[in-house]
Amino acid sequence: MKYPGITDLKMAEGLIFERSHAGRQAYSLPEENLEGVLDAIPANMRRTAVLPLPEVSEGDVVRHYTILSTYNFSIDHGFYPLGSCTMKYNPKINEEIARISSFSQLHPEMPTHLSQGALKVMYDMQNMLSEIGGFAATTLNPAAGAHGEYVGIGVIRKYFDEKGDTKRTKVIIPDSAHGTNPASTTLHGYDVILLESDEHGKISLDTLREKLDDTVAGIMLTNPNTLGVFESDILEITKMVHEAGALVYGDGANMNALLGKARPGDMGIDVMHYNLHKTFSTPHGGGGPGSGPVGVVEKLIPYLPNPFVAKKDDDTFVFAASDRSMGMVRSFYGNFAVILRAYVYILEYGNQHLKEIAENAVLNANYIKAALKDTYHVAYESDTLHEVVFNDQDMPNHVTTLDIAKALIDRGFHPPTIYFPLIVHGALMVEPTETESKETMDAFIDAMKDIRKQAEVNPENILNAPLKTRVARPDETLAARKPVLTHCTTDFCER
Amino acid sequence: MRYLPITPEDRKAMLDKIGVASVEELFNSIPADVKLTKKLNLPDAMSEPELRRYFAALAKENSGSEMLTFLGAGAYRHTSPAHIDQLLLRSEFYTAYTPYQPEVSQGTLQSIFEFQTMVADLFDMHASNASMYDGATAAAEAALMATKIKKKRDKLVIASSMHPQYIETIRTYTAHFVKEIVLLEIDPKTGMTSTDELAKIDEQTIAVMFQYPNFFGVIEDGKAISEKTKEMKALLIPVVIETTALAILQAPGELGADIAVGEGQPLGIPVNFGGPGVGLFTASEKLVRKMPGRLIGETKDKNGNDCFVLTLAAREQHIKREKATSNICSNQGLMALAAGIYLASMGPKGLEKVALMNVRRAEKLKKMLVEQTNCEIAFSGPTYNEFSLMTPIKASEFAKKMEEKGIVAGLPIDKYYPALDNTLLVTVSELHTDEELENFVSATKEITGGAK
Repeated sequence: MKYPGITDLKMAEGLIFERSHAGRQAYSLPEENLEGVLDAIPANMRRTAVLPLPEVSEGDVVRHYTILSTYNFSIDHGFYPLGSCTMKYNPKINEEIARISSFSQLHPEMPTHLSQGALKVMYDMQNMLSEIGGFAATTLNPAAGAHGEYVGIGVIRKYFDEKGDTKRTKVIIPDSAHGTNPASTTLHGYDVILLESDEHGKISLDTLREKLDDTVAGIMLTNPNTLGVFESDILEITKMVHEAGALVYGDGANMNALLGKARPGDMGIDVMHYNLHKTFSTPHGGGGPGSGPVGVVEKLIPYLPNPFVAKKDDDTFVFAASDRSMGMVRSFYGNFAVILRAYVYILEYGNQHLKEIAENAVLNANYIKAALKDTYHVAYESDTLHEVVFNDQDMPNHVTTLDIAKALIDRGFHPPTIYFPLIVHGALMVEPTETESKETMDAFIDAMKDIRKQAEVNPENILNAPLKTRVARPDETLAARKPVLTHCTTDFCER
Repeated sequence: MRYLPITPEDRKAMLDKIGVASVEELFNSIPADVKLTKKLNLPDAMSEPELRRYFAALAKENSGSEMLTFLGAGAYRHTSPAHIDQLLLRSEFYTAYTPYQPEVSQGTLQSIFEFQTMVADLFDMHASNASMYDGATAAAEAALMATKIKKKRDKLVIASSMHPQYIETIRTYTAHFVKEIVLLEIDPKTGMTSTDELAKIDEQTIAVMFQYPNFFGVIEDGKAISEKTKEMKALLIPVVIETTALAILQAPGELGADIAVGEGQPLGIPVNFGGPGVGLFTASEKLVRKMPGRLIGETKDKNGNDCFVLTLAAREQHIKREKATSNICSNQGLMALAAGIYLASMGPKGLEKVALMNVRRAEKLKKMLVEQTNCEIAFSGPTYNEFSLMTPIKASEFAKKMEEKGIVAGLPIDKYYPALDNTLLVTVSELHTDEELENFVSATKEITGGAK
């Protein structure tokens, strides 16, 4: 099998500051006389600090960033099975439509009767996401998944505060959860109660029952969970939580497994965030911008953040606000251009095809699991949906998960998510998504088997990986010990 | 579906390998009671030509985007060099994720390291993080960070001239961590924070937050606020939304800021109906380890090559969980790249030129309006590219009449300050031509009459 990873010509590129040469420029502005203009600003309010930005030509800038781009691996290069991140193909039509100037250049304070197109996008997305998740209403404000969690828990807190139920000070979170869950919870003043997963990697009803009482505001769960395992007791779980007077938060990071197949709202989940940059194909952008809309059940609608889009009797759209809201959580309305891309995506699949996303995602993950389960240890026996977690338990010659990840890079694949979830020692979390072909996955499977074999017969090849990249195994300890977070030219180091 | 490569033959072979008869069986762990049996109530699927037709029609309903506009108030239209968007369309940047694997992410890591450097330079601060969601959440996180530094204090002081959405966002985020938020009122004459109000800053003050230029367009006297803040040993947190102004205005670092935040949207990013922009977050040297968000640091690889990695992760949610400095994970990476390319492209001279072009237009428009129309400038304080205009009729009525003449004249401030119903926030930029400014004035004259 030929892997996609080969060595190739790589250009060497230093920092942009090294290209700087006084007198060059990469901007084009009209000639105009600006003499004396600065007089309008009182002298004591003017900048005196130097501004050591680079001076480069347009060609310099373009070459610099183009060369830097070649140092990245991306979905458009190849397989990127980063578990829990849903690195699916990012459709190009989304990009084209997001760049239509009367969307991208539309000012957020434009009177609503002059921005009805954008408001319709938001109104439709509020409704379509509610339909997909089985919720009564959805806010589009949150800028990312963790921001959605922040909003969701804020809605829960506001709900109990308004009821005067102030003794509920805790939120239960399974030990398999994303780190954002506990971090979002404490931002609302709640204490986190850790819920240990059972031997199948799931929530145990008995353990949950022990932790539930009238001091619990809610539980945050991910379904399917971070092992890709569906919490099949979900109806019992949500019932038990509701009977204790608490609410259920769903982390929608893994919604790709459920699209058109099942709806969290139908399972008793009261609040859930979607990740448009995972499930709905918007690009991850090297770490954002994302979008994390939040769906809620009927009784929680009044507490959603402001503002939202409403439709008037005459079928026009306006912004509206609730006076019982948890408040504002950002400027304006959300990452509109991301929401617009996700809207294009949902319309392209339509009611006919949306569930094929989940079906293919689950098929692909199970195929990889079946093909590799005899080569790599599968952490939990349970059936899995859209992702599978292996680990390095049976690896010979002290080869670890990190080594496997680096060896995959040499073979032309982005590594899976590693060392997460925390409940699996040495986890390798593989999420292929629906947009990968059988041939791509077969190549990945062969690479994984080859790594296992090399670990036995030629461990140096794996332990020293990657061998084909420009840099290998950066020293993270050195980076953290004396952090260098900015470039300092000799002249401007006093900052 | 063009995005789904699995053929029926593939499927069969894969199901055989898995050992099940159908894809449906793979969903057996979902109880039948919660399986969806009906089709979702969504529109019918659209092909690419249908999508293009649909969105072309929808785009036409954003008729305001074709009009001459003078809107600002937290989102600012500027010229953005064509190469920025071309570079953002490099798949290697926009279809990659957070640089968890440094060997195959040096492009993102280095570009964000450069962004951190340029933002720190622009703010004249020690360090910048890799970005926040937007300026409002950056401000809110700055307030939260301050509460963790000044644990024994319980009062947050904010200049009321800050963008109302920012104040609201800070209120939401600090609700459970701050006993009281005290607002510093403006001097109704100057539009700047009143010096008398500075007495509200005391030993219980965690931090003092103020925006400049402020929501009314007026440049605050940062030095005065800074002095009182330092005297009370509170943290100084300036907020800059219109970041192009920093080319000519005193930088937060010059004012002695401990934390300084802002919005990077004006730096080459389209207004995008309010998002995505990019939150900027900077801090002084001693506070670096308390910062929220991702940080990129320089290091060496095992062969001694210079390279970049995500660093100081021990602050973050995936390590520290409930004890993290913030819950932020995804930030605004691609928008940080855009702002970085913008700053590199403009350089110190280009950015200064943009800033001066903005000031020239604002001064010219103000002067013409005062001399030729029946409007007044609401505040005497100095401005950058935005000012509050007092109209002889209700500002919202005035704006409507201007619309009839094809001009979106600005934001009637009564949306946020009901009492100021004859004040319109007018914003210019280097994109406006002198002719457009003159059109604004002549349209205004027709509506309000000439100068008294």
